[in-house]
Formats: sequence, structure tokens, C-alpha cells
Amino acid sequence: MITIEFLGPIGKSPIEMEVSTLRELSAKLKEDSSLAKWLENSAVAINDTMVNSLDIDLKDGDRVSILPPVCGG
Amino acid sequence: MELYQGALDTKEIFGRWLDSEATSNYGAYIPFVGTIRAEDDIEGLSFDIYEPILEEWFNSWQIRAKERGAIVKMAHAVGDVPIHTSSYISAVFSPKRRVALELIDEFVEDFKANAPIWKYDIIDGRRVYAEDRSTAMSGAGLLG
Repeated sequence: MITIEFLGPIGKSPIEMEVSTLRELSAKLKEDSSLAKWLENSAVAINDTMVNSLDIDLKDGDRVSILPPVCGG
Repeated sequence: MELYQGALDTKEIFGRWLDSEATSNYGAYIPFVGTIRAEDDIEGLSFDIYEPILEEWFNSWQIRAKERGAIVKMAHAVGDVPIHTSSYISAVFSPKRRVALELIDEFVEDFKANAPIWKYDIIDGRRVYAEDRSTAMSGAGLLG
């Protein structure tokens, strides 16, 4: 089981899913129309490490974070 | 890196940083203070922070600074911060001024673009995401 957490202003509680790759996760999340605009401009981290490719295998217990546009300071 | 609930006590933090490096033989100390301005009828700003990735981002900057003989420091507020107070401060110590002047510029700019912090305006006591001032992080859109 993979946990997906939505950070900052997305305002959605974490969800759990059975997926084996980031590409598969992308397809599943896109089914939720309320997430579509966030997915287009959010960065992604797996277990707190930023990632830049969809060709990443996910394993049981992984935590995927969705990081929307930022503005510190 | 230091995180505080609410506005920063800038003088205390800068003073402590100065004392902590008093005998480290740095020739230059450049502080930066971010103060919340009164504009668009906001009462203040509010911040969410994702600490694990902020730590990682900050540690990568410590390594970059060390390669140039310098160190960076930062403090940020979490939650609500009223106008005319500070939500973010940072500083660079380096042996000579040129490195510190360059680093404070690079560090603060990269902070704005890639530190996992989300800003909200406080209007009528409610938090409104500052979407138009926010920047998509490197690699954004991967799942879109």
C-alpha cells in the first residue's frame, strides 16, 4: 500500500492506494477532477526525496508527497 | 535552520548567530530580513511548512556554502504573522565579503523558488492561498 499526501493549500487528507509505479499513480490521481489543476503544477517527492521521472517503481509502505507552488519569506 | 510559531524575534536571532560565530574568523556577516508589508488590506500572512524537505533543501545549501568557505543560516515563521513583523530571516558568514554578497543573493532567490513553504494572505481572519505569488518547484507537473 502506498500513501499519498497532499501538502499546503491542496487541503486534501492523505489517501492510500495499491499502485506499483509513479506512472500508474499519475493515471489514478488524474481520475479525481479536483486534483487535475494541482497535478499540473505540483512537484513530487517519494519518502521525502524529490523526484523527476515517472519511471520509478513504488514499493509497499512508500509515501508520495504532492507539493504545490511555493512562496516562502 | 530554526522554525518558530508566529513572528520572528529578529534581534535575538541575529545577535545569537553573531555571537555563535564571533571567533570563527569570518570577515563578513550579511543578514537578510523579510518583513511583511501592509498591502491589499491584509492583516498578515500565514505559512505552512513541510519540514523534512525544507531540512534537506537547507542542508544542500550548507554544503554549497561550505565549498566556498561560508555558512548559511535561516529562520522562518510557521502559522500566522502580523504585518510589520518578520516571517523570514537568513544570513551568510564568509571569510571575505564577495562570497557572502553573492551567496545571500543565490540563497534567498533559491529559497523563494524551492523551499517547501506555502503562503496565505490573512483577510478578515481567513487564510487565502497566495497562488499568484507562488512558484512551481523544480520538476513540477510530473503527475499532470
